[in-house]
Amino acid sequence: MSRDFIRQMPMAGDGIGYRQRVFNWFNLDPMLLCILLAIAGFGLLVLYSAADASEAVIRAQGVRLMAGFGLMLVIAQIPPYVLARITPVLYLFGLILLILTYPFGYEVNGSKRWLRIPGLINLQPSELMKVFLPMVMAWYLNERHLPPAAKPLTIGLGLMLLPFSLILLQPDLGTALLVASSGALVLLLAGLSWRFLFRLLLLVVAAAPAIWFLIRDYQRQRILTLFDPESDPLGAGWNIIQSKIAIGSGGLTGKGLFNGTQSHLDFLPETQTDFIVAVLAEELGFVGVVSLLSLYGLLMFRGLLISLQAQDTYGRLLAGSITFTFVVYVFVNIGMVSGILPVVGIPLPLVSYGGSSILTLFAGFGILMSIHSHRRINV
Amino acid sequence: MAEALALKDRHQENQIYIERAAIGAVFVALLFGLLLARIGYLQVYEYRDAVSQSDQNRIQVVARPPVRGLVYDTDGRLLADNRPSRDLRLIPEQITDSTRTLDNLSRLLAMTPDEIQRFKKLAERGYRRFEALPVLFDLSDDRVAQFEANRFQFPGLFVSGKLVRNYPQGDLVAHAVGSVRRINDIDAKTLDASDYAGMDHVGKLGVERFYEDALLGQVGYDRIEVNALGRKMRTLASTKPINGADLHLYLNVGLQAAADRALGNRRGAIVAIEPETGGVLALLSRPSYDPNAFVQGISHRAYNLLRSSIDAPLFNRAIQGQYQPGSTLKPFIGLIALGGGTITAFETMDDPGWYQLPGNDRLYRDWNWTKTDDGGHGKVNLQKAIYRSCNVYFYDLAVRLGIDKLSSGLATFGFGTATAYDLPEAGSGLLPSREWKRRVKRLPWYPGDTVNLGIGHGDILVTPLQMATAVATLANRGEFVPPRMVKNRPINLTADLTPFKAASIPRDAFEPIIDAMEMVVHRGNQGFGENGTAWAYIGRNLDYRMAGKSGTAQVVEIRQGEVYDESTIAERQRKHAWFVAFAPIDEPKIAVAVLIENGGGGSEQAAPVAREILDYYLLNQRNEPEKYRLGERR
Repeated sequence: MSRDFIRQMPMAGDGIGYRQRVFNWFNLDPMLLCILLAIAGFGLLVLYSAADASEAVIRAQGVRLMAGFGLMLVIAQIPPYVLARITPVLYLFGLILLILTYPFGYEVNGSKRWLRIPGLINLQPSELMKVFLPMVMAWYLNERHLPPAAKPLTIGLGLMLLPFSLILLQPDLGTALLVASSGALVLLLAGLSWRFLFRLLLLVVAAAPAIWFLIRDYQRQRILTLFDPESDPLGAGWNIIQSKIAIGSGGLTGKGLFNGTQSHLDFLPETQTDFIVAVLAEELGFVGVVSLLSLYGLLMFRGLLISLQAQDTYGRLLAGSITFTFVVYVFVNIGMVSGILPVVGIPLPLVSYGGSSILTLFAGFGILMSIHSHRRINV
Repeated sequence: MAEALALKDRHQENQIYIERAAIGAVFVALLFGLLLARIGYLQVYEYRDAVSQSDQNRIQVVARPPVRGLVYDTDGRLLADNRPSRDLRLIPEQITDSTRTLDNLSRLLAMTPDEIQRFKKLAERGYRRFEALPVLFDLSDDRVAQFEANRFQFPGLFVSGKLVRNYPQGDLVAHAVGSVRRINDIDAKTLDASDYAGMDHVGKLGVERFYEDALLGQVGYDRIEVNALGRKMRTLASTKPINGADLHLYLNVGLQAAADRALGNRRGAIVAIEPETGGVLALLSRPSYDPNAFVQGISHRAYNLLRSSIDAPLFNRAIQGQYQPGSTLKPFIGLIALGGGTITAFETMDDPGWYQLPGNDRLYRDWNWTKTDDGGHGKVNLQKAIYRSCNVYFYDLAVRLGIDKLSSGLATFGFGTATAYDLPEAGSGLLPSREWKRRVKRLPWYPGDTVNLGIGHGDILVTPLQMATAVATLANRGEFVPPRMVKNRPINLTADLTPFKAASIPRDAFEPIIDAMEMVVHRGNQGFGENGTAWAYIGRNLDYRMAGKSGTAQVVEIRQGEVYDESTIAERQRKHAWFVAFAPIDEPKIAVAVLIENGGGGSEQAAPVAREILDYYLLNQRNEPEKYRLGERR
């Protein structure tokens, strides 16, 4: 079957240049790669300022990005059908790791999210699920008629709810919701009926009061703070107030890199991680924000194009889900920092300083690249 | 897998996916649009607000208080200066455990209950973030050493130095110079916060109050950038403070001390004025208080003691004490009558020792009337009526003048109004008139009222300052100069200080009166009932010519609701003794009013005090060894 593969660029035509052959050789999509490099580079620049020009931070982040690109390169070499074949194994593996967090998890801030073998590995199984869940759902739906009938839909939801519940109980509401949304996106792209979605939304709205009582105090506080940050300006509202001041005071063109007063005088919290976009907005202004969002937009369109050109349902759904999930991260993070969503600990993809999430993202992009570069000829 | 796929409708699935992906893309575009709209709103629409908020965050304005202007007496002796003082300040946000901090601190520094209370109050509040609030004032060296040695235990607390007001002459000039007080909550509402940024005191009394703006100077500022923890990062801009202007008073501390010595431990007030300028050379009110006690906040107990004392040390008798002028008013009444042509200097009348209004039974007696009815001064003219202080003559004269002429005439000497230029607390006394009595007492003016006014009794009240001013006007032969404390004109005051002519009393009317006042002091060895009333007490061995007049004022009342033992009551019901004088007669250099509360006879008690003061000023001053602290000029 592998003989069937002919590697071809979408617009290759007759004259395939040297460069394109090199990309072909490594199964990379030059467009996607350029966009990723642009975002990562831009992110490093902002991080460099946010970290007060700390070389250590830049080096660590650089190493992570390199590792990410490496991981992406490796995954890009694995043909989608191989990925599809090992998908159920990966999913089960992920589930087992999630279950293992209960007895063996390393507790941070009252929640067990990490598995740790000292000196060897430090792993957050829920991060793995961000990739494994869309994979397994795409794999499952690949062999079903679409739009999914009641039974496959139920099974699909089951595949989704299993890791969702496990992560939710760690407890880690934010990640659980993100994992679930990556699964839900697969269902939506597979043609989940609007009526079903509508009913689901009604259910959520109806359950809202119950949810309000189920979530924890600090979560309730975060939602309240969203609507009225001034009620506790030095406590719960501090982060969001300072973040809005930072963004607003940037104006059109910003105060200039390294000149952000909110960021550099410690008024803004978490400048290197969750609130890094506020640093960008303060120092580079609206122009900087538009630039970054444009890059993210390009990334989405490239991802969607890849998904549209995918050869089978598995690749298509998986590529679509990875792309949209990425965009959801962007929206949730910037929405939170700019005060239209409650504060949830989601980093800005590719820009925030931080470990495992970068690897997860690049794993996703590796899959995108693999799907794109391992196509058969379009008839 | 191939079989399964064969059963699928690839085309339809593809269509579904394209449709869903397109909807997704549109949805994401909307979300991104929402983000851009939100951030655009913050960065464009709310830009100005955000910039000012971010500046408010990072920029702290730290006041650099100016040095308060110094106050000198006429010879450059310091009356008010500034001394270094150290406060303990706290920054509420930086205190981690205020209960424990207070425990440790109160044990270490042996804090008083008041201080502990203050700490508790301050530790809770804080108007601005990271504002340093003063907890303990004026720390002793011991306390500073104790604290500094244990500093590490007290994050958020530190010792800070500054200058505070100091009055080197203490209680001697308290009523003359006034004092500053700590700015309290009520002041804070009326004062412009930016003018007083970084300052704890405001002039509350006397010269300190009147010249507050000039003494204050102008606050300087450092605009500093701070981080979220309040730590200073750099100075962005700074303005230097402009120190307050110095004041040079007419006050002569040597003379003030001489007056104080002369008065001894009697209660009373003395005001001496330089007639030519209106400059106040001495302004004494006894008993007094130490103004330094008020600078850093006096304890409630000490304050209540001062306030409730029967001797009323806080009461400024010299400018607020209102007394009947008694016979000291006679020269002025004589002047009005002489100037207005009601009488001539040579006219005589017969004084049988009593006076009776036509158609009225009541007898108004003279001071030397006796039961055997052999008193009286016999034939009396205006001058004799003054140097013998004849009541009957002035009863008659007052009635002949009538209340309207009397009242308007006396007003031209400053009676009934507060004429002092820069003594804001000065009282206006009370000059009765027909109109006043109708308005206030709702009674018509009776002829008997005029009779009483003729000898300075009845409703009329004057302050020692008014008395001295009126005497200075007399010394000036009618030129009224408003009294004032400060010699130099501090930059910001432009009020008109030109003297104005008093009354329409012709200049030649003054000489007979002044001659008569000279006789009060100098006319001696003339036999019984012919000497000046003060001659026996002060008239001998005088090296200069002095004009004077004694007076005795009835005690108006003892404050109601206060219970004193009988000896106290007896003492407090004695008459007040007055003596007014100026000298030398031809070129007057000083006019003085002496009032001794419950002192008894004016000539006997008050005149020697006045003479001591004039002696010092005109004779001894230059020979006196320098005893007072000379100020270093800046």
